[in-house]
Amino acid sequence: MAAQNLAFAVLAVVAVLAALRVVTTRNVVHAALYLVAVLGSVGALYVLLAAEFLAAVQVLIYIGAIVVLFLFGIMLTRPTLGRDSGLDNDQRWLAGITGLFLFGVLSYVLVEAFGDERLPRLEGLDREALTAERGTGAVGDAIFSTYLVPFEVVSVLLLAALVGAIVLARRE
Amino acid sequence: MLVNQFLVLGAVLFSIGVYGVLARRNGVLVLMSIELILNAVNINLVALGALHDASGAVTGQVFALFVITIAAAEVGVGLAIVLLIYRNRASVDLDEVDLMKG
Amino acid sequence: MLDNAWVIPTLTFVSFWLILFFGKRLPGHGAEIGIGALGLAFVLSCVAVVQWVDRPATEVVPHGTTEEVHGEEDEEHGAAGGQQGQDRQVVATAVETGEHAEETPIRSAVERNVTWFTIGDVEVTAGTAVDGLTVVMLFTVTLISLLVHVFSTNYMHGDVRFTYFFAALSLFTTGMLLLVVSSSTLQALFGWELMGLCSFMLIGHWWEKAENSNAAMKAFLTTRTGDVGLLVGIVTLFFAAGQTFDIALINERALTGAIGHTALVVGAVGLFIGVIGKSAQFPLHTWLPDAMAGPTPVSALIHAATMVVAGVYLVARLYGVFWEAFDIGAGGVNPIAVVGGITVLIAAALAFVQDDIKKVLAYSTVSQLGYMVMALGVGAWTAGIFHLFTHAFFKGLLFLGAGSVSHAVHSFDMKADMGGLRKYMPTTFVTFLIGSVALAGLFPLAGFWSKDEILVGAAENGYPVFELVGIVGAFLTAAYMTRCVYLTFFGEYRGHAHPHESPRPITIPLIVLAVFSVGAGLLNAPGIEKFFEITENRVFLLAGVEHHSFEVFPAVVSTVVVLAAIAFAYLLFFERRLPRGLTRRNAVARSGYRLLINKYYLDHLYTGVIVGSVKGAIARAAYWFNQKVIDGVVNAVGIAARRSGDWTYRHIDQAVVDAAVNGAGFGAEGFGGILRTVQTGRVQQYAALLFGAATVLALGLIIFV
Repeated sequence: MAAQNLAFAVLAVVAVLAALRVVTTRNVVHAALYLVAVLGSVGALYVLLAAEFLAAVQVLIYIGAIVVLFLFGIMLTRPTLGRDSGLDNDQRWLAGITGLFLFGVLSYVLVEAFGDERLPRLEGLDREALTAERGTGAVGDAIFSTYLVPFEVVSVLLLAALVGAIVLARRE
Repeated sequence: MLVNQFLVLGAVLFSIGVYGVLARRNGVLVLMSIELILNAVNINLVALGALHDASGAVTGQVFALFVITIAAAEVGVGLAIVLLIYRNRASVDLDEVDLMKG
Repeated sequence: MLDNAWVIPTLTFVSFWLILFFGKRLPGHGAEIGIGALGLAFVLSCVAVVQWVDRPATEVVPHGTTEEVHGEEDEEHGAAGGQQGQDRQVVATAVETGEHAEETPIRSAVERNVTWFTIGDVEVTAGTAVDGLTVVMLFTVTLISLLVHVFSTNYMHGDVRFTYFFAALSLFTTGMLLLVVSSSTLQALFGWELMGLCSFMLIGHWWEKAENSNAAMKAFLTTRTGDVGLLVGIVTLFFAAGQTFDIALINERALTGAIGHTALVVGAVGLFIGVIGKSAQFPLHTWLPDAMAGPTPVSALIHAATMVVAGVYLVARLYGVFWEAFDIGAGGVNPIAVVGGITVLIAAALAFVQDDIKKVLAYSTVSQLGYMVMALGVGAWTAGIFHLFTHAFFKGLLFLGAGSVSHAVHSFDMKADMGGLRKYMPTTFVTFLIGSVALAGLFPLAGFWSKDEILVGAAENGYPVFELVGIVGAFLTAAYMTRCVYLTFFGEYRGHAHPHESPRPITIPLIVLAVFSVGAGLLNAPGIEKFFEITENRVFLLAGVEHHSFEVFPAVVSTVVVLAAIAFAYLLFFERRLPRGLTRRNAVARSGYRLLINKYYLDHLYTGVIVGSVKGAIARAAYWFNQKVIDGVVNAVGIAARRSGDWTYRHIDQAVVDAAVNGAGFGAEGFGGILRTVQTGRVQQYAALLFGAATVLALGLIIFV
């Protein structure tokens, strides 16, 4: 227990701090790197929640592909790499207030709704059982049985996005 | 572990992401903030899935998987659009994109 | 026929319409319809005469003054509302010893009435009342009209409006006949006015020349002036006699004193003014000489024999009214006699200085009408009517003779274009001569008897002045007629045409009339006195009008006077013995001559003074009023409307209404401008709003739900 809590605490702090830096840094590349940190922490959190496959996918796709995409985008859309001035726009304060307000509401609701509910299955269950239950195999089974149609739809969506991105960004 | 700790964490990340969407000038940074939001959502899904028994947990993971996939697609298209904007205006400052101004 | 006397005017009325519609297509251009209708009318009139003469004299009317006769009479006539011809029966009452002690019964009038219309509880009737006077008039009018029609076929031959002429002649005859047979004053008025209209049409027949239409207008307007009085008289009598138009009733009530004296006088004066106008008495006689502008047959019919005597006829018809109003029986002087007497003299004097043959005859007519009116004024009723009867023949003859002469020489000017025509036109000469002698009144022609009766009547009824007037008038009449005959038929021919005798359609009427001029007088000659017997009527007797028959002494006096006049004129013109050039040498004579030539300046008085003042001053005043007052009001209203419209536009429309409308527009614009600031076009701002609103909503949901 203590190890999980400690791990959670560390990961949470890292994620939050990194996220904050994403939205406040003046350097776009730094923002991308901080995003990597966030994504990594979130992946680690997945492991904590006994979702290994997801963690793997997170690292693979998010960090490995999406962030790379971001970096390509950054590269293509500004003349120089380095520090820019004024990446925030005029409605910072309004956005800040909105964010805070939103957080307040959400957290209040959450605390109100879930209270002290624990995650029972994750406490005290051995690894093998968990893995068998909600491990990669189980996820794979679920995808290709219960959620086959959404899976195929998402595939098509990916294809469409691919084609669309190419169409949009090609040079005439 | 409390389920709430994950959920609240998700809320925090969500709020930060909202702030980023509203406050950032660079289009790419806005997209990054959107990723933050999506990650927060994923955390919620998985945590709430883990609250239930096996099939629930699996469902949570599956949906989180789908979200990731869609996020990838969305980033691809989004960046293509940002690229176009950059090509047309030589800048990705979203404050300058006010053609719909009344 | 006596019951159906209405047929006779209807005949001529139908003839009028037939000529109007079909006349142009017929070979005779409508003349044959006119002559046919008039011929038939004449025949029917003769039948009526015969019937009347054969009618038994059954009605006994008490003679005498009006005080004796009342109460016992049967006032009911039953004429109103029914269609029965009725004889009125009268019960004999006390007898008044007068000139005629014996009560000779008379023929009673035949009345036939139909309800015309009803106003309130007053029933107005239309119908015929036939008695001796009516019958005599019917005979005269239809005969003269028939002869004029025959004359006109030749005289008006080739005239541009030949058919309309005959139509107008028929209509005119209808009017006169209607007047003659009518039983009510309203109906008489109808005929009277119809004649006025037709005389206008006929006098102005050749209206292409302005002077002809002016003359027609003058005739119409002058008689119209008189008609105002006529209307006043008729209406006054209507009300005063108890709301009736019936002539017999009015006479009856006048004589019995049922009509108040003032109303009676007013009514009588009114009627007499109409008579003055229509019968060309002084001072409204000025139209008749000018009316000679019309064709000669028209003058013969209208101005000798029929229309102008309508006034005389009216007086004779409503004699009870006049008798009572002016107290004719008392003698001395009364308005009717005075007017008649003056007319006799002034017209005779004017006839002396005329060069136009028709004008001589016109003034002669005026003078003779004066005789008739004077006769009625002095109470010689039968004499007046008898003179009307005989005058119709010889004056008609004289006019037609003048027409014959003008047909030959194409002119009416005696001095310039005539003379010595007896060689060329023997028939015309002889007939004209007969007519002139008849007019002058020499034994045994017609004029002698009738004129003599007037003189006798004047003398015997206590009007010696008017006897003198009559004698002087006779002198003048003989004198001017001699002058006229001389200038036309004797001496050397001064004209430029080729005179010849006129064809048969002209000469035959002349001969017929000449015969009547000779013989008509004998109708009332002493011993025969048929005329008197025929025309004696109820009113006559009730009023106590006295009839005086022929007396030798006045006859001798008048004959002497007439012969002296003829001799005087003969000497003056034929022999040129008496002083000539009098007017050149003597200033008094010259001014007298000028006075006569200018017709006593009456025309100047009427046209210049009376009409001119009205035209000038009143018309100007009316014009000023129209421009300043009426137009001023209208303009002011218009200006006010425009100003108020202007003010409304400026202060209400612009300031209030437009301001409101514009204000609404500005307001919307301003508000829109404010709202516009939200639309920055920046997505992030929209997103911010979105998130913010969603959060607030969520909060709301949490708190309240």
